[in-house]
Amino acid sequence: MPPYVRIDRVTKRFGSQAAVNDVSLDITKGEIFCLLGASGCGKTTLLRMLAGFETPSTGQIWIDGVDVTHVPPYERPVNMMFQSYALFPHLTVENNVAFGLRQDGLPAGEIRDRVAEMLAMVELKGYERRRPHQLSGGQRQRVALARALVKRPKLLLLDEPLGALDRKLRERTQFELVSIQERLGVTFVIVTHDQEEAMTLATRIGVMSAGEILQVGAPTEVYEYPNSRFVADFIGSVNLFEGRLLDDEPDHVRIECTELGYPIYVDHGISSSPDAKVSVALRPEKISLSRETPAAVPGRQPENIAAGMVTDVAYLGEVSRYLITLDGGRKVRVSQPNLHRHAERIGWDERVWLSWEPSAPVVLTQ
Amino acid sequence: MSTGSSDLGRGWSRLQVGRRLVLGVPYLWLCLFFLVPLVIVFGISFSTPKIAMPPIEPLVSYGADRVLQLRLYLSNYTFIAQDSLYVAAFANSLKVAFVSTVLALLLGYPMAYGIARAPRNWRSVLFLLVVLPFFTSFLLRVYAWIGLLSRAGPINTVLLKLGIIHEPLVMLQTDFAVYLGMVYSYLPFMVLPLYSAIEKLDPSLLEAAADLGCRPIKAFFRVTLPLTSEGILAGCLLVFIPSVGEYVIPAVLGGPGTLMIGRVLWEEFFNNRDWPLASAVAVLLLLLLVGFIVVLQRVQAREPASE
Repeated sequence: MPPYVRIDRVTKRFGSQAAVNDVSLDITKGEIFCLLGASGCGKTTLLRMLAGFETPSTGQIWIDGVDVTHVPPYERPVNMMFQSYALFPHLTVENNVAFGLRQDGLPAGEIRDRVAEMLAMVELKGYERRRPHQLSGGQRQRVALARALVKRPKLLLLDEPLGALDRKLRERTQFELVSIQERLGVTFVIVTHDQEEAMTLATRIGVMSAGEILQVGAPTEVYEYPNSRFVADFIGSVNLFEGRLLDDEPDHVRIECTELGYPIYVDHGISSSPDAKVSVALRPEKISLSRETPAAVPGRQPENIAAGMVTDVAYLGEVSRYLITLDGGRKVRVSQPNLHRHAERIGWDERVWLSWEPSAPVVLTQ
Repeated sequence: MSTGSSDLGRGWSRLQVGRRLVLGVPYLWLCLFFLVPLVIVFGISFSTPKIAMPPIEPLVSYGADRVLQLRLYLSNYTFIAQDSLYVAAFANSLKVAFVSTVLALLLGYPMAYGIARAPRNWRSVLFLLVVLPFFTSFLLRVYAWIGLLSRAGPINTVLLKLGIIHEPLVMLQTDFAVYLGMVYSYLPFMVLPLYSAIEKLDPSLLEAAADLGCRPIKAFFRVTLPLTSEGILAGCLLVFIPSVGEYVIPAVLGGPGTLMIGRVLWEEFFNNRDWPLASAVAVLLLLLLVGFIVVLQRVQAREPASE
């Protein structure tokens, strides 16, 4: 399938500072694409270029086969849901939603029908005559969504769509957004700094930092196979260890890691020169804790283990989070599911062994 | 009651006294120097002139026949209503004030918009330029226009030198000069409330309008203008109200034909020494303006306030 939205080597400079630096990105029709990054990483600038509020310094933007790089926002088949919602305070809910349709000069009857249909979809029937300041945050968010969707845009841009909502409402709205998107088939581009939001909403995530896209992939891909230290660290919680490559075979690598005290064995090969310095990312939930020394694989030196003391425990219900201080002084985060109600849980100041499967560590050369 | 709570009670009542004092002082001031004179003027408007000091017939008299009399002459009001000069003066004042207000709005809105959308560090400088004229006396600034507009003034000189005109334009003592003076003098009162209204406007609303297919010009009329209507109203009132009763500008820049109520009032008072008639004119002017403001407030109250 040809890309629906094509961002082709786009750079945006403000003064001498490049907010977006040589970004190329293809987005397919009907997907929910999330631009994820910390504030100031350029994700909002990229979104604003898709909306037409900013013009790229260099590069092109194509939507559905049309070069829209220099098309003003009021002529683009794109609508945006603003972070502040930007609802018109002087207009009723109904007129806010109808605003875009009136610009197109549609007949009054059709406008009425489409507005009513859209308000029914976002469950705001009966609120037609209210003004934005008479609505709650969640209702405003839905008015903003209805106003952006009613024009049936080819591309819907959402700037931190859930940022202003409280936790319970966020969770509900996340699933509503996805179901609305599935029903209408509109392509969504979402900007967020919240990785949880990105993981739940997105079909694909683009992780941005310092004006560049570091990795693009499905949520599982960027989580389980991060391609750089930054991505590994940014998405979720991770322990990063520095090490030296001992041997690099097609089916495995062995890494010497002084912080752990034992070598790390990974069951896939990488292509790097021996003796190279590498980073190893290990997610907290992929580490097991036990009071006994884990048995080594017969015929091999002990590996993929470490020993330490529990310095902190946080019981969160479904999981417990541990902070373990290794014998070398290095602190490691571990999380364990609480599978049994009556288990004798590992507590403070206990000496424990850490172990993990050979498939768990991710070797990063960047 | 314990001593602690009675201490608290005493402190509380002292706070109440302080609060009343804070509110009371300005009210007392307004009462003494605004309400009392107003009542006096209102009273004088029901009197008749008399050659004496003060040159009015007292309203209340106690005669030798031991009758306490309160005499209210309505002749001033009937006279004003019947004399076409006063009606024309009122009508002309309203016209001049209205046209000046519209001109000030047309001129002031782009100015205010420009200042509100200027880079942040420029804003205070531009803002200062708007209020700068207040550093000089109002009267001096109006007089300065005489020099500018006169036959041999700089405007005529430049236009003659450029060959645009062949003989000096007569600008002084015309309606043109009055409008110019009015707009010039009251423009800052238009710009300041407009500026604060436009500055408060969230720029993302205009982006939202553009995003929904609205061209910039249309977005101005459908978003910017309605959302700054309170600033427009405030600015128009601040220009219109003093313009209606303006005396100095028509007296200094206007011609003999410039009939405005402020000038009529002045002449009745100082030239004809007819205090009662002058007072009646003042009372009518006040009623006219208060009525005008009440109507505007009603209109505004009907539309729910926008945040």
